[in-house]
Amino acid sequence: MSGQTLYDKLWNQHLVKQRDDGTALIYIDRQLLHEVTSPQAFEGLRLANRKPWRLDANLATPDHNVPTTVKERAEGNSGIKDPVSLIQVQTLDDNCLAFGIEEFKINDPRQGIVHVVGPEQGATLPGMTVVCGDSHTATHGAFGALAHGIGTSEVEHVLATQCLLAQKMKNMQVRVEGELGLGVTAKDVVLAIIGKIGTAGGTGYAIEFAGSAIESLSMEGRMTVCNMAIEAGARVGLIAVDDTTINYLAERPFAPTAEQWGAAVADWRNLVSDADAQFDKVVVLNAEEIEPQVSWGTSPEMVTGISGQVPDPKAALDETVQRSHARALEYMGLQANQKITDIKLDKVFIGSCTNSRIEDLREAAKVAKGKKVADSIKLAMVVPGSGLVKRQAEAEGLDKIFTEAGFEWREPGCSMCLAMNADKLGAGEHCASTSNRNFEGRQGYGGRTHLVSPAMAAAAAIAGHFVDVRTLPANDASHAQEA
Amino acid sequence: MKKFERFEGVVAPLDRANVDTDLIIPKQFLKSIKRTGFGVNLFDELRYLDEGQPGQDCSQRPLNPDFVLNQPRYQGAEVLLARRNFGCGSSREHAPWALEDFGFKVVIAPSFADIFYNNAFKNGILLITLAEEEVDRLFAEADANEGYQLDVDLEHQRVTTPSGEILEFEVDEFRKHCLLNGLDDIGITLQDEEAIRSFEETHRQQRPWLFRQPA
Repeated sequence: MSGQTLYDKLWNQHLVKQRDDGTALIYIDRQLLHEVTSPQAFEGLRLANRKPWRLDANLATPDHNVPTTVKERAEGNSGIKDPVSLIQVQTLDDNCLAFGIEEFKINDPRQGIVHVVGPEQGATLPGMTVVCGDSHTATHGAFGALAHGIGTSEVEHVLATQCLLAQKMKNMQVRVEGELGLGVTAKDVVLAIIGKIGTAGGTGYAIEFAGSAIESLSMEGRMTVCNMAIEAGARVGLIAVDDTTINYLAERPFAPTAEQWGAAVADWRNLVSDADAQFDKVVVLNAEEIEPQVSWGTSPEMVTGISGQVPDPKAALDETVQRSHARALEYMGLQANQKITDIKLDKVFIGSCTNSRIEDLREAAKVAKGKKVADSIKLAMVVPGSGLVKRQAEAEGLDKIFTEAGFEWREPGCSMCLAMNADKLGAGEHCASTSNRNFEGRQGYGGRTHLVSPAMAAAAAIAGHFVDVRTLPANDASHAQEA
Repeated sequence: MKKFERFEGVVAPLDRANVDTDLIIPKQFLKSIKRTGFGVNLFDELRYLDEGQPGQDCSQRPLNPDFVLNQPRYQGAEVLLARRNFGCGSSREHAPWALEDFGFKVVIAPSFADIFYNNAFKNGILLITLAEEEVDRLFAEADANEGYQLDVDLEHQRVTTPSGEILEFEVDEFRKHCLLNGLDDIGITLQDEEAIRSFEETHRQQRPWLFRQPA
């Protein structure tokens, strides 16, 4: 009998009941809640007169709708000008209070993007099952946790039963072998993976990211990779536990106590795929071949290296792809065969659950230090992922580097990643964005998103168009991937 | 949830791959704290020529005459015919809520994104996966024949075209059972309350750190 994959182990450790019809009840250790996908779930509980099964499994914070300007945030919830957004944030506060769920409210220093907050608090631990009504919950798989996004009916189901009805996924391994070049980051790795397997390549699978290039990433880099598993169609992204994982967790607020630590670490050491585990599909990438990536289209799979060019739709293999490429170029206002470095930008957004952690901000700051944002850029903004990330960045003087260069330094939230608050693109504007989705209208009606790493976004802000961070003088970006 | 019954419905073809949930229901409409009323904003950016805002009277907005759901021949459509990887992107359940509120009972496509697939069934929408060639053929037929309808029979897992051609489809037993009987998942799961409690107790003993709260 062959060994188990990491996914198999996590599944088996949480299997409450396997049903004859192929579905299973899986126990959920942690549910993260935010204001957009939870109100209807709480309403459902009330209507059915049900109570949450285990209050302490839940942790809530508002993130999607919160304003990010310093002035508005100083006023707390009343700084939210959009009345509909305000009701949603207020409803989260009310529900958490009424049901007794811990919430980091709008101006709590621990507030932030739910996928930044969970790991930062140690509320995401190896060996956990983690769910949230948000597809980027895959992020938490970086810790060897089984984590995925769910819909609102499932949020209600987990609140009421502490379980999820699930079907076992297939196992895919994506190995990235070799050493990443200078200036090539976790974001470039995951964009290259999506470019290779496609936006539906991981549908039905749990993807385990492995290989020496993945092992060399910090926890924050690993979170960036797992975060975008969903952009390759996979609800679950996973990375095996190692010293990097364990060192990150020590002394975080929700992490095991000193008495529990030894037993927990011993248990976590097993959270790796067995050497003889069988995967249903294996994909291998050579790290040396990955260059900084830029998306040119309206799906994350429409991506290429910085030295590349916008493809010619006529060159695509099948007719459906030809049409979607042609439609994407029309929407993006780009020409076939145009060089990526010739794409001019209007706005720059550094933030989101993909790239708003302290290392992301350090990478961007290295590039921005002592430079000025190009005159042609209407807005360049940096939105830290949490209040604690913001505080750390300010302690390191990163905020000064950004503001002196002409970036706006904001308060934490999802912000322009999905533009539910006031931060958005105007029609036709091109944005270099460290977020995760370049769908039509995602960052604002008619907006044109290009997905890139933090260092690439900062470099684009300075130049006004895309540039290869590897060509910048040595003390700027060549160390962008360390730390 | 309403019981899913056999019906014959008009087919609207949406000829576009990778239709994402941002396209199905743009983010400004996710601010509602209700489950209903999303139908008027289904495919908002394709359907209207202006930028929609929540709470707006959509009857006054300029329609995009080229968009399939605005064409007279597809009025009252209950079956949406789509291309591969339908429903990719975010986990927003507002996407199936909008489809359902608009009047769609079924979506047929060569493939669906995972989270959307779960969400749709939990709202009584049947997703039917057919082979790419079969979907191609349905697109051609729907395009060529005004008022084109399909007969959808979940119990026997088949779709019948006006010419009498039968297309069989797979659907897992549990989802089928819930749809046919209009069942609520939570009620079914709570029948296993004892099993959950007993699992939880063992789990807590084996891995107490997973249950820890900060001091």
